[in-house]
Amino acid sequence: MAVEHTSGKKVGSVMLYALSTCQWCNKTKQLLRDLGIDFDFVYVDLLEGKEQSEILDTMEKWNPRGSFPTLVIDNKRCIVGFQEGQIREVFGT
Amino acid sequence: MTLPVFPDALIDATYSDLKKEAEDGGYRLNQDIDFTKNLIRGLLKNEQRYGYRACPCRLATGKKEEDLDIICPCDYRDPDLDEFGACYCALYVSEAVQKGQQKLSPIPERRPPRANRKNPQPLTPKGLAPLAALPLPVWRCKVCGYLCAREQPPEVCPICKVKKDRFERFI
Repeated sequence: MAVEHTSGKKVGSVMLYALSTCQWCNKTKQLLRDLGIDFDFVYVDLLEGKEQSEILDTMEKWNPRGSFPTLVIDNKRCIVGFQEGQIREVFGT
Repeated sequence: MTLPVFPDALIDATYSDLKKEAEDGGYRLNQDIDFTKNLIRGLLKNEQRYGYRACPCRLATGKKEEDLDIICPCDYRDPDLDEFGACYCALYVSEAVQKGQQKLSPIPERRPPRANRKNPQPLTPKGLAPLAALPLPVWRCKVCGYLCAREQPPEVCPICKVKKDRFERFI
């Protein structure tokens, strides 16, 4: 699977579901980088067929509307959209 | 970001076209030009890979009939402009946002989720029996609400410029 990794401060598992064309996804990814967080991300629009539908199924368990960006933190919490305040709060900055 | 590199001249020309089209119809593009041009890169990438300008902030299927509602301008633009001051991706904004009087915040997705999307066109409205006697059907543009009474919808909406396939039978 085309999951990419950005190394940084480890705060549990952090997974960002994003689209390669989406500016709000891009801002979210940039914010995580600015915060220096260790996270994984995947561009769902670059996947095809079964691989794409499986990852959507996983993502929709957290965000049933299936919208982007979807950020899943430590398999406990989900933040939908570029919620800068919430993201900063979760990572304690 | 993995956006293909489009020549600046193409981005600038597309931006000018969209801006003129928007303003002619009473709409406004996002005043943040760099952000807007990145959205345009996304639209052009989608046009390249799908054959139509699907919303850059939504996942298209590549099957046009399933993606019609998210072809820019999408069916959800006007209600989101009314409620949040911007469309979902924020290509289009309200006057208050454009003038800096209202701040943008993330817009919740209005499009139905995947599982509920295959809604059949509910366009045999009930209680229309008397109106069936009208000499012509009435067509509605799903993007901007324009109505017209004629045999077929127009090729292009005269208000918001979307194509014929974005019309629904209204009466």
